[in-house]
Amino acid sequence: MAGLATIAKRLLEALPTLFGVILVTFVLTRALPGDPAVYYAGPAADAESIAQVRHAMGLDRSLPVQFASYVKGLAAGDWGVSLSTGRDVTEELGRRLPASLELTLLGLLIAIVVAIPLGVLAATRPNSLVDHICRIIVTTGVSMPVFFTGLLLVYVFYYQLGWAPAPLGRLDFMYIAPDRVTGLYLVDSLIAGDFEVFRASLAHIFLPALTLGIFALAPIARMTRAAMLDVLSSDYIRTARASGLAMRTVLFTYALRNALLSVLTTLGMVFSFLLGANVLVEKVFSWPGIGSFAIDALVASDYAAVQGFVLAMALLFVTLNLTIDLLYAVIDPRIRAAN
Amino acid sequence: MAATSTFTHARYVLGENPLTVVSFGLFFLLVLLAAFGPWIAPYDPLASDTAIKLMAPSAEHWFGTDHLGRDVLSRVIVATRLDLMIALSAVALAFFGGSVLGSLAGYYGGWTDRVIGRVIDTVMAFPLFVLAMGIVAVLGNSVENIVYATAVINLPFYARVARAEIGVRRDSGFAAAAKVAGNGNIGVLARHLYPNILPAMMVQLSLNMGWAILNAAGLSFIGLGVRPPTPEWGIMVAEGAQFIVSGEWWLAVFPGVSLMLAVFCFNMMGDGLRDLIDPRRRT
Repeated sequence: MAGLATIAKRLLEALPTLFGVILVTFVLTRALPGDPAVYYAGPAADAESIAQVRHAMGLDRSLPVQFASYVKGLAAGDWGVSLSTGRDVTEELGRRLPASLELTLLGLLIAIVVAIPLGVLAATRPNSLVDHICRIIVTTGVSMPVFFTGLLLVYVFYYQLGWAPAPLGRLDFMYIAPDRVTGLYLVDSLIAGDFEVFRASLAHIFLPALTLGIFALAPIARMTRAAMLDVLSSDYIRTARASGLAMRTVLFTYALRNALLSVLTTLGMVFSFLLGANVLVEKVFSWPGIGSFAIDALVASDYAAVQGFVLAMALLFVTLNLTIDLLYAVIDPRIRAAN
Repeated sequence: MAATSTFTHARYVLGENPLTVVSFGLFFLLVLLAAFGPWIAPYDPLASDTAIKLMAPSAEHWFGTDHLGRDVLSRVIVATRLDLMIALSAVALAFFGGSVLGSLAGYYGGWTDRVIGRVIDTVMAFPLFVLAMGIVAVLGNSVENIVYATAVINLPFYARVARAEIGVRRDSGFAAAAKVAGNGNIGVLARHLYPNILPAMMVQLSLNMGWAILNAAGLSFIGLGVRPPTPEWGIMVAEGAQFIVSGEWWLAVFPGVSLMLAVFCFNMMGDGLRDLIDPRRRT
């Protein structure tokens, strides 16, 4: 069972990272501008009630003790209360997370579907016109601020052409959200068999997802191109071609499958970009995800909510990276054999 | 002779990729606008006149006017300095911090390397833009803190390059010779090893500038840092966003395009510099 051992090892390796992330958010929590006790006691508080709040929050104890109780609280699901909505931060984040996930995953899907053929095309004709055009497309994509790409798409497809619905959330008010199973409207509407809602939510999600996809094109296409160039110049490809295999077989069965492994390793960086860009795209399209929640919280100085958001994003990112690592170990027979 | 061959090499590499030449041209334009923007701008970027609000681009106002009747062209030009300054300060801080941490990790190895590596990994364990949001939230909403947050999220890239480049040179002959000649560790590191990794660091710098501009503009787009009415590209796009759906595209498009061109310019220049310095990694 080499597979299980690999998985266990990767999981253990993620622990220090997890610890680091929680430590950083703890420091961010304790570094509130001014004295947190003064802040939470409110503007009308006197010295005595501030001391009371300080004691109640445990701020008079030593830092390691505070850290321990912070971790214990996090584990128990106590991420604090959002000042602006008065509800638990975990509840607020949990309700909005599916919207953000749906958007990010669809954006990634669009990016992959476009970027990998682009990368292969560029690699098979290095330094040709096609290669240069691919390069310009890709560099332009990564040079566009996501919020600007989003606005341009809104202007063209909503204002000029009228093809897209107004950039205001996941569904028009005349549709009722599908029953929640996964929280992803596209999936839930299909489960409910409601194709009209599916079509409506697809229309709403398409532009924001495309915006994210354009941004994530560059790293994936570049990596595909570089990995393909690398693989194509290897001995086994020369052997395969010399043996008279069709170009198509060599390209897709031999080269691409190996190149994709390198592409998989860059997905971590791509997710880092996507999760950050997600916040901006959500603002442009009034998307009710955790990003727009965080922006509102930032503007309202709702610190518990912002910190909950940062922690949630970091945990999500660590989990995604771990998944990529595990996937890599499962796919690549060399890593499996090495264990 | 050496100078001629360097020049020939540069011309050969640049000839293969004409976009690099374009990007250098753009760069000089940006520097020009940043340095002399206030004198080049045709109008006062802050002067509002509601009589001429939301006017489409015309002969008097090439880029049109915004919702307060301010000249968009003047605001776009004057904003160049602030945008470049924020990105440049952030990148300079990241360059310095990353150089020191990465060099120490690469030179000493062992525990120093492990501790610094762990710190860098922890920063990279966050989606970087999100971490920047968190840092600004905690430090307070100001331009200065945007610079610090952008610096923190850029630092890992420099640290990694410095660590790798110092690492491969640590045991080389010239480093040993410098040591034998009586230099201390820090002396060898600072005077003999560090200058050799500067080319690689400069490439990273140029590649990173674009990303730093994007991040800083993103932060001001969501309302952090720069406050209205200060002209800054990110905030101008944010102000123009609400007018896009009613068709007044010029408010957001011109600052947005400027932002894009600036980032495009630095990305292309970074690629070009890399081709010049490191032919193996030519893309």
